[in-house]
Amino acid sequence: MKPRPFDYVQPDTAAEAVAVLAEYGDDARLLAGGQSLLPMLNLRLIDVAVLIDISRIGDLDSIRDLGDKIEVGAAVTQNKLMEWPQLKQKLPLVAAALPYVGHFQTRNKGTVCGSIAHADPSSELPLALAVSGGEVVLRSKRGDRVLAAGEFQQNMLTTARAPDELIAAVRFPVTAGQGTGFHEVARRHGDFAIIAVAAAVEKDSIRVGVGGMAGRPMVRRIEGDAAAAISEWAEELEGYEDLHASAALRRDLFRRLGPHVIEEAKKCAA
Amino acid sequence: MRRVNRSEKARIALTLNGRKLTADAEPRLLLSDFLRHELGATGTHVGCEHGICGCCTVLIDGVAARSCLTLAVQVDGREVTTVESLAAADGTLNPLQQAFRNNHALQCGFCTPGILMSFTDYLGRNPKPSTEEIREVLSGHLCRCTGYAGIVAAVEEVAKSAP
Repeated sequence: MKPRPFDYVQPDTAAEAVAVLAEYGDDARLLAGGQSLLPMLNLRLIDVAVLIDISRIGDLDSIRDLGDKIEVGAAVTQNKLMEWPQLKQKLPLVAAALPYVGHFQTRNKGTVCGSIAHADPSSELPLALAVSGGEVVLRSKRGDRVLAAGEFQQNMLTTARAPDELIAAVRFPVTAGQGTGFHEVARRHGDFAIIAVAAAVEKDSIRVGVGGMAGRPMVRRIEGDAAAAISEWAEELEGYEDLHASAALRRDLFRRLGPHVIEEAKKCAA
Repeated sequence: MRRVNRSEKARIALTLNGRKLTADAEPRLLLSDFLRHELGATGTHVGCEHGICGCCTVLIDGVAARSCLTLAVQVDGREVTTVESLAAADGTLNPLQQAFRNNHALQCGFCTPGILMSFTDYLGRNPKPSTEEIREVLSGHLCRCTGYAGIVAAVEEVAKSAP
């Protein structure tokens, strides 16, 4: 199908985008890569009065090394980050997660921040941000505020972003040399995951995250017997049912995939 | 800052397959429909219109993207390359197209334009991909009649002859 009519605004700078957003608030949507927003508009799942296109704003299109963090701007595409020469070394978990995000063709346009803004409970980049303890930079006319990943994503497609706020960037902590693992089960490669699991080895424990079991990525520190801990956690989370999988299948997949990803992260650390 | 009201048409200047063109489009017009209905470039096919099937894949500034997930207003000032650009003026197929023909990589041909454009971008970045890498790129397309083996074989043939 085709989208319903909307007004189109293309600001030249982030400051202009924030000003336009303040003007329209809830009536506006930000368009970056459009790989989630345009399908929703085409299928008429959502309506917008004003579309604010930030995809060509140069000051939002940079990957910046802040020393202990890497800041990814709102217009940076998933393939641009994937091709960033230092990705594997500085953000190994993100490097492992990115190949699962959509397809080559959609990663060419889809943005890192857009995926996090969309907040699908089974999508890979929000999970990687949550497990690595990253943060989201929200910008409005009132100023900037920074939220931890866990505070930002609240529920299925629901975030703490206020209607006048632009997600200017996300920041991933640098975890050079960290043992990490990432795997998912999907109906076909590139689809949304039924279950996605990420693990990062820390000093005496392992930080594990799971997507597709709740309204947002869930993260927990696990020590000792991983299989038992995952099994217990799967029961607690319950999971949910949709067209692709029952809650029981989700729990079962998590029980099987969880220990495997933890093993992989340990091997990678050794 | 550009503003276009929903009932207005925006003037769009683009380069299509090396030719400079201007045409008008209202904000909600998809690039796929703009190409087919306003510019007459019907080589680009429209399948699912929500980014899954890959039929409508074109190059925007040399990069493969879904034209059904791009607005016509977004290509103002950009270079769009479609399947019409691949063969020579006399109809001689380019090496990728010829390899598709050699390997029976199409039957009905509906999905073919998008697949050709994806690999035009990808082989430019990675001229000698592994079978695994070819399959990964192909996973962004749906073919419902030929199957994928012939398509993989065609791309492998092109990769083999790459310098």
